[in-house]
Amino acid sequence: MHPDQIIFFLCAALILISALFVVISRNLIHAALWLVAALFGVAVLFALLNANFLAVVQVVVYIGAIAILFLFAVMLTRKDIRDRGPQMRRSWWIPALLGLLILAGLVYLIFAQPGIDRTAAAIPAGVDPLRALGKALVSPGGYVLPFEVSSILLLAALVGAVYVAITKKS
Amino acid sequence: MHIPLSWYLILAAALFCIGLFGVMSRKNAIAILLGIELMLNAVNINLVAFWRYLDPTKMAGQAFAVIVFAVAAAEVAVGLALIISVYRRRNTIIADEIDLMKW
Repeated sequence: MHPDQIIFFLCAALILISALFVVISRNLIHAALWLVAALFGVAVLFALLNANFLAVVQVVVYIGAIAILFLFAVMLTRKDIRDRGPQMRRSWWIPALLGLLILAGLVYLIFAQPGIDRTAAAIPAGVDPLRALGKALVSPGGYVLPFEVSSILLLAALVGAVYVAITKKS
Repeated sequence: MHIPLSWYLILAAALFCIGLFGVMSRKNAIAILLGIELMLNAVNINLVAFWRYLDPTKMAGQAFAVIVFAVAAAEVAVGLALIISVYRRRNTIIADEIDLMKW
């Protein structure tokens, strides 16, 4: 086996096992920490795919900000994370069955596509993906409009979040 | 360079289904948001894998993944703010008990 394949399998095992524990663990703090492990595995996959910028952003934004936000939210709503009562719905087997069915359908569709077993060609000489991404995000011929719209969305969402969560003194 | 495209797609499909299971089966609203995060990450794996395997000189896949990051951050911020606000008023974050708008 090639080293890349070994890294892929280790990452895939880490991601899937952590994701399973995210959805089944009773303690929400543990679930959030398992989410950190899964996100880290995804960051390694990004690095494996030559998307270096996204790997770093995954660690900084997802693990550094979003997962920590989850931990804070769990602590602020402390009363409901005690291990009393079931954490799952009573009919949890319906989503499990549905998930397995969707997975089977997706795998069938994936293998029905032609050329699905291709391996990646080498990145052409003279093309720096990082530089190309930076140019694509700010050049008018690239993706500057969606990028700016998403930044405005983020700003509006953060202002809205502060407004929703603030305590009003009456 | 020795990994077939299908491996990434199957991994992303499995991750998406685990997240979907979490969204549909958990009672706690924060746990539902955790499941949504897993699903968004599955989408990102797909986007980056297609970028790398189809045409690495066109940056559409990575640019879209960046936008997904921003939208995920916005979604988590608003979602957790709503959950904390509901917790202050109703003293619960069990999704079934937040039924004020249920007819």
